[in-house]
Amino acid sequence: MDFNDTPEEAEFRAEASAFLGQHLKPKAASAIRGREPRNKMLERAKEWQKVKAENRFAQITWPEAIGGRGGTAMQQVIWNQEESKFDAPTGPFAIGLGMCVPTVIAFGSDENKQRYVQKALHGEEIWCQLFSEPSAGSDVAGLKTKAVRDGDDWVINGQKVWTSGAHYSDYGILLVRTDPDVPKHKGLTMFIVDMKAPGVEVRPIHQASGGSEFNEVYFTDVRIPDTDRLGDPGQGWKVALVTLMNERLAVGGSPGPDWQEIMDYARDAGTLSNQAFRQKLADWYVASQGYNLTKFRTQTALSRGETPGPENSIGKIITANHLQDICNSAVEMQDHYGLIIDKDKAPADAIFQESLMWAPGLRIAGGTDEILKNIIAERVLGLPADVRVDKDKAFSEL
Amino acid sequence: MNFDFSDEQKFLRDEARKFLTAKCTTAEVREVLDDDAKSHHEDVWKQVVEMGWLGTAIPEEHGGLGLGMLELCVIAEELGRALAPIPFASSVYFFAEAVKLAGSDAQKSELLPRIADGSAIGCIAASEGPGPVEAGKLKTEFKDGTLTGTKIPVTDGDVATHAVVLAKDGSGSSLVVVALDQDGVTRSSVETIEPTRSHAEITFNGASAERLGGQGDGEALYAEILNRAAVLLAFEQVGGASVCLDMATDYAKERQAFGRPIGGNQAIKHKLAEMYVKNEVARSNSYYGAWALSTDAGELPEAAAAARVAASEAYWFASKENIQTHGGMGFTWEVDCHLFYRRAKLLAVQAGAPSVWKEKLVRALETRNAA
Ligand SMILES: Cc1cc2nc3c(=O)[nH]c(=O)nc-3n(C[C@H](O)[C@H](O)[C@H](O)COP(=O)(O)OP(=O)(O)OC[C@H]3O[C@@H](n4cnc5c(N)ncnc54)[C@H](O)[C@@H]3O)c2cc1C
Repeated sequence: MDFNDTPEEAEFRAEASAFLGQHLKPKAASAIRGREPRNKMLERAKEWQKVKAENRFAQITWPEAIGGRGGTAMQQVIWNQEESKFDAPTGPFAIGLGMCVPTVIAFGSDENKQRYVQKALHGEEIWCQLFSEPSAGSDVAGLKTKAVRDGDDWVINGQKVWTSGAHYSDYGILLVRTDPDVPKHKGLTMFIVDMKAPGVEVRPIHQASGGSEFNEVYFTDVRIPDTDRLGDPGQGWKVALVTLMNERLAVGGSPGPDWQEIMDYARDAGTLSNQAFRQKLADWYVASQGYNLTKFRTQTALSRGETPGPENSIGKIITANHLQDICNSAVEMQDHYGLIIDKDKAPADAIFQESLMWAPGLRIAGGTDEILKNIIAERVLGLPADVRVDKDKAFSEL
Repeated sequence: MNFDFSDEQKFLRDEARKFLTAKCTTAEVREVLDDDAKSHHEDVWKQVVEMGWLGTAIPEEHGGLGLGMLELCVIAEELGRALAPIPFASSVYFFAEAVKLAGSDAQKSELLPRIADGSAIGCIAASEGPGPVEAGKLKTEFKDGTLTGTKIPVTDGDVATHAVVLAKDGSGSSLVVVALDQDGVTRSSVETIEPTRSHAEITFNGASAERLGGQGDGEALYAEILNRAAVLLAFEQVGGASVCLDMATDYAKERQAFGRPIGGNQAIKHKLAEMYVKNEVARSNSYYGAWALSTDAGELPEAAAAARVAASEAYWFASKENIQTHGGMGFTWEVDCHLFYRRAKLLAVQAGAPSVWKEKLVRALETRNAA
């Protein structure tokens, strides 16, 4: 057991840190910070992605042949740790490089890989993930958007919803139904879709938080060439599971203020001596530290060539709930004044208020608390599956 | 970076688990539970002594095996899983570590070999009444080489041959070491919620004692001993909590209600998933504590506190919800659930209650932030 870097790790860390220092500003001591307008952030994100890719710091574990560094999982961890100390705009690429492009690499043809991987890696093209539909979220295999074969193309009709980043994405991975006459998991197929193709319409959704980061996407006779199919027809569920596996592996940064920020805030506000608050602060620290260290245990297993399992589902349960709880406490600490979300008037640029309003989404996106607990119960602990009455019926008969 | 135990340490864990699964089942635990006269399980203790476990982290020059704290953590987890009804923690995590930390060369050469070979059993005596132990509240006093006052409850105080005692000393506090088989010492058993570990009230009436460490260092040394013991206790807690999760999971798969296993219901599934999350958080924090302990890292105070807070919470939750998952059966004397419920509470308060450790943790974070 050694929580210190080996000499090679220390060397890589120094190299990463020096590189980051050349290109980015360090994050303010506390992550309490304002947000920049979306279009400026996008530009900055694309530039940063390009610089990373050119210097082989993007996707460190990918083989060199496809533009990675051919590095170790531990180097990726070190990179993530160092990058998180800087003001690095990585958000717009998380879904594409973390989930979509790995799916293209796993299931795409050589032509697909040549066409899409490098552009995504170098920040030229942004990807989104089109799985959820109005009546198929947790139960995503119940989706209805359909694709019908027509010569060398497939014709898509239907609607997706909650698609993060669809409004600025160039491509998406799209899960659709190609055969309604078999049970729901068996009639799905995965495609690459050009978000600028005729018949694709993206409508931003006004979120409960007030922002609009996700969208409805309508498909009207959209044509996708068969060469942009990922996996065999009917194998879409298998392909989607690989996407979701990668989602679990993506080592995300902190989703908002954590124990450190609220501790700083409480000190400034003069409430750090409150006993009830201190007890809660300890709980937050323990949970967040526990989650970070659990990730390190997973990475240790990875670096030995073991595949991490559904154990990683604990991460989002912990972080999303704590984010909500921490922001709630910060707002209550401000008493009546805590209602104010106006950045100019609210303490800490209203980061607690903004995150409080965003936190409910985090507990839903990428699998709800309930679904993640089901995954732990069924796949880690081996408890019986929920009753699934539609499992063996043809989708068209449901 | 490597966030795992080595293959040798895992081998040690497997061997320890094999031994305890065979020789320290809940039947042995219940022999102590059901017999008021029994302070511990003599056979289990004898074999643990013979295997040299007591000396795991005691240097070879003092009669130990000279392995490290990580090996002791591994053994602690297994003892916790087995609910070992022996005075191991008192003698090793508290007494031996106190002597290693603060003892003079003479004290080390006299006491450590005897702890390692089991001819002496040590304990620690700090509590005198309800509420956290604070040096300023102490009534027990060390003066002119003698000790006067009453300590209650002292875990393993009735079987121990020696105690480390936190006592008032002049205007401050000191740790002192006392042999318990002398005229100035009277002891009586105290009933507790955890009868598989014995507890005593010890009254010192001019007993002869000797300082362990410097005069006035008592409070600081005691805090340091608790930091070290906290990590080891956290491993016992993690061990116990994971058995609770296994028990509850197995039962949820087996027990049928409304025509299917109760574990098919989300109220049960989600409860067990929460247990799993808390256990993983506790395990990860404990690993970090183990690393800090084994390397004497500056992070030890916060790592130990985090391990202890996480492990106390995980064990408490797992042990109470394990009973709940077992329904009426779980509330019977015959089913083992309550053994874990008892042990969970003992371990949670024995070295300072979770609320006290949360406060220590926040103070450690404040210090780190100020630095
Ligand atoms: C901010 C945000 C971003 C998103 N981004 C994307 C994206 O980029 N791409 C994409 O495809 N999707 C995206 N989603 C969609 C997200 O994956 C779904 O919202 C989520 O899976 C839940 O589905 P639902 O909204 O249909 O809720 P439902 O499935 O209708 O769930 C409603 C409630 O029922 C509960 N529930 C459902 N089934 C069960 C069950 N078996 N047991 C117990 N409780 C159950 C849920 O936990 C929830 O509490 C995003 C969502 C959000 C909020």
